[in-house]
Formats: sequence, structure tokens, C-alpha cells
Amino acid sequence: MSVWLSHHFHAAAAAVKRLARTPIGSLLSIAVIGIAFSMPAGIYVLLENLQSLSGQFSGAPQLSLFLKLDADAEAVAEIESYLKQHPDVGSFRFVPKGAAFDQLKQSNDWGDVMDGLERNPLPDAFVLSTRNTSAERLEALRTELMKLPQIEHVQLDSAWAKRLEALLKLGRAVVLLLAALLSFSLVAVAFNTIRLQIMTMRDEIEVSKLIGATRGFVRRPFLYFGAIQGAVGGAAAWLIISGGIYLADEQLKHLMNLYEVNFRLYHLSLEDSLSLLLFSALLGWIGAWLSVTYQLGRIEPR
Amino acid sequence: MISFSQVYKRYPNGFEALRNVSFTLETGKMGLITGHSGAGKTTLLRLIAAIERPTTGGVIVNGQNVSAIKSGAIPFLRRNLGLVFQDQKILFDRSVFQNVLLPLQISGFSSRAATGRVRAALDKVGLLGREKARPITLSGGEQQRLCIARAIVNRPSILIADEPTSNLDSDYAKDIMEMFVSFNQVGVTVLIATHDAQLLNTVQPRVFRLNQGELAT
Repeated sequence: MSVWLSHHFHAAAAAVKRLARTPIGSLLSIAVIGIAFSMPAGIYVLLENLQSLSGQFSGAPQLSLFLKLDADAEAVAEIESYLKQHPDVGSFRFVPKGAAFDQLKQSNDWGDVMDGLERNPLPDAFVLSTRNTSAERLEALRTELMKLPQIEHVQLDSAWAKRLEALLKLGRAVVLLLAALLSFSLVAVAFNTIRLQIMTMRDEIEVSKLIGATRGFVRRPFLYFGAIQGAVGGAAAWLIISGGIYLADEQLKHLMNLYEVNFRLYHLSLEDSLSLLLFSALLGWIGAWLSVTYQLGRIEPR
Repeated sequence: MISFSQVYKRYPNGFEALRNVSFTLETGKMGLITGHSGAGKTTLLRLIAAIERPTTGGVIVNGQNVSAIKSGAIPFLRRNLGLVFQDQKILFDRSVFQNVLLPLQISGFSSRAATGRVRAALDKVGLLGREKARPITLSGGEQQRLCIARAIVNRPSILIADEPTSNLDSDYAKDIMEMFVSFNQVGVTVLIATHDAQLLNTVQPRVFRLNQGELAT
């Protein structure tokens, strides 16, 4: 048991030493793995975020009523009373154009633009949620509301959420495809680095076999090397995604405040992060295993 | 004990390296295999370490039938043999100490126990002061001693050397041969292939003379 443990410990230590012995080559391999993996993992993060965003909208189907720019208080009161007695309308909220304008003015990015405007370009609006969620009834309600006087446009928000849902499904398929393709490239990277190592360590392998090394003893450091390189590459991908989220989050915060949505970008969960590391380590191990199996059979003592 | 019975070794190109070789070297004895180059000395030694298999015939080493050994058992056979190769096979990317340490790492020794054994082996061949040196800085005689230290560090019951004195002048060669005699005196079975049997005039080893693959008695 202790012999077995010490063999594994030495193999892992030897693998780390080999990584450190060629720092530039190792860094480049790790960067390749990291960049390759950050793409599907990054898109996955993006989709997860979109998913949570669409969840905030699609809980209760919402309709937005935009009034004509010249609609007066009388028209607003008329629409208000109509909405109150409509059986399909649950709750509604009136957003006067002045309030919307002030809110934009106070924001950092849009304030200057708004100050430059001579008059308020925003219309009055109603935001209402409905009691009935079936797509046909919502569509019927939309056309009904369109017929009201002084209404410019009626926006059915749940349709947007549904389209997003369908897009997300497509996106997930793309992630899977991308992950499969790039996984293959990770296996190829591991295969090739191990192949080069075996070529340069030919003498050591041959001597080791001659003085009683088992197949396992010779293979083990290479397998550890592949797994460690893969895991570090996965960590690099994680860091790349973190950097991307950090950069995007600041910008997104301002944008989302405008929509009155409290939304922050989520990073990969602990579970997903661990899966990423394990998966990339596994792929590195597979690449190393293929390489070692293919190459070591050819090195027989002469 | 090493025992050959009616061993033939034919290579795929038709060359017969060994023909009907039968001999026995008892445990604790010292044997010399002599003959011209190309007589089959190296092939005979390679059959003992299962680097090659005989075409027909049996090779028994320490009671184990090496001619029919499973490939998974070969490493454990080799750990009981000390091998000194004709082309030395020193690893030049590491120190003298680490070269001698390799067999112990392979057998799974703890590093503390291994360090003591490596020092003892280096002491026996007179290289104790050079353990940190790079093998490339050693003289030819010292490199040969390094190979011997690596062969004996596992304390094998059988020591096999292929032309250990071929590249050395006669004084160094004598030193090396005396070293093998001293290992034999503490009970190790020693088998040496050499074209020069004159080096051992003080002891009387068993001499097997190979001539074109056949054993002359």
C-alpha cells in the first residue's frame, strides 16, 4: 500500500517537474487548452445568465402600452378605467413620461444625451400583467388594446421571453457541439505534448524497462502530466471567463438599471467550476493515455 | 542458478546466433563467456534477462523458466538481476547519485532507505565522493563503475555484465574484474561476457567458450 502510494506520489511529482522544466512550452499548451475551453464554457455562462434574465420577465406575461406622444391626461384616465374593468388584466402601473425622462437623466451614461434634448421624446406608458397566460388570449388582448384611441404600440413581453427560450435551446446545442469539438483539440494537445516528451525521454524509458520497471511505472508520470496539464488548462479557462465577466458586469449594471431590472452576471457555480476542472483533467488524461499506449509499445529495449 | 538446455536462437533474417547451447552455472559461482565478437555472447546474456526469447530450448534463471515467462512478470525477473550493459546506458541528464537511485525508485523504496543503499553501492565501487557529479565528467573507468553500482544497488542474486572492460586500459580493466570477483566472494552469482579471459589469473572461474553460436567444451 505504501509502495503504491509512494509510486503515485513520485509520478505526480515527476509530472509537475516536467511541466516546470519547459516553462514556455507548458505555458503555451496551458494557454491553448484554456482558450479552447473558455469558449464553450463562456457561452454556457452567457446562456445561464440569459436564462435567469428571461426567468425574471416570463414569470407573469407582461404587456407594455405606449401612448401617442400627444396623448393628454384625459386619454390616460380613459385607458386607465378601461384597464380597470377588463377581466383579463391583473394589475397595471402607469409610467408617466416625465418620470421615465428624469430617470434617464439621472443615469451616468444617458444623462448628457438627455440634457441635450429640447423636449422629452418618451411617451406615457402602462405596464400591465395579465391573469390569463395562454398565447392566443394574450394575442387577442393585444389587438384589442391596439384599437383603443391614443395608443401607439402594444408590446407583448412574453413573446420575447418565448423566443429567447427557443434561442437558448439552440444555444445549448451549439455549446455541446463546440465543447465536443474543442474537447477533441484538448485530447490532441495532450497527445502531442506527451509524444514529444516520450521521444526526448526515450533513453530513460528504455533503461527503466531494462532494470525492472513495470508498464505502469513508466506510464504513470505521463498520465499524471496529461491530467495536471488539463486541469491547469481548465483553471486558465475559468480565469479567462472570470475576467470576461468582470469586464462585462460593470457595463451591464448600468444598462440593466435602465430597465429597472436588478440583474448581475453570475459566474460558474462551484459545481460547474469543479466539473470544468475535472472534465479538462479527464480529457488530458485520455490524450496522455492514447499517446502513451501508442508510443511506449514501440520502445522496447535493444 | 542459470541453466540453458538445448537453446537455439534464430533471427528473422535467418542468422543463427545460438545453436544447441546447454550449460549450468550454479548459485554462487562465477562464469565467463568468451569468444570472438559475433560469437553470440551478447545474445546469450539477453536471453537470461528476457530481453529476447529463445527460438527453442529452455532458459531457467533462479528456478524460473524465462523462455516462457509472461511479459507482465519480466520486470520482477529483472529486479533480481544486476545488469551491466555493453553500451552502458547511463542517463546523462542526471547526477551519478540519481542514476544509481533509479532501480530503487522502480522497486518502490522509500527515499530514506534508498539514499543509504545508493551510498553503500557507490562506496563499493569507489565513487562515493562523486555522487553529485554529472556522468559526462567521469572518466571511462568511472563510468563503468557507475554502471556496476547501478547493477548492484538492488542487491541482486545474479550479476550479469556484457564486455565490462572492453573500452578500458588494462589497469582499469583489472580493477573492474577484481570488483566482480569480490561480489562473487560474498555469494553473488556472476556471469561476464568478455573476449579477454586473461584478466582473471588469480581465481578460477568457469569458462564457456562460444564459437559461432556453439558452446565448445
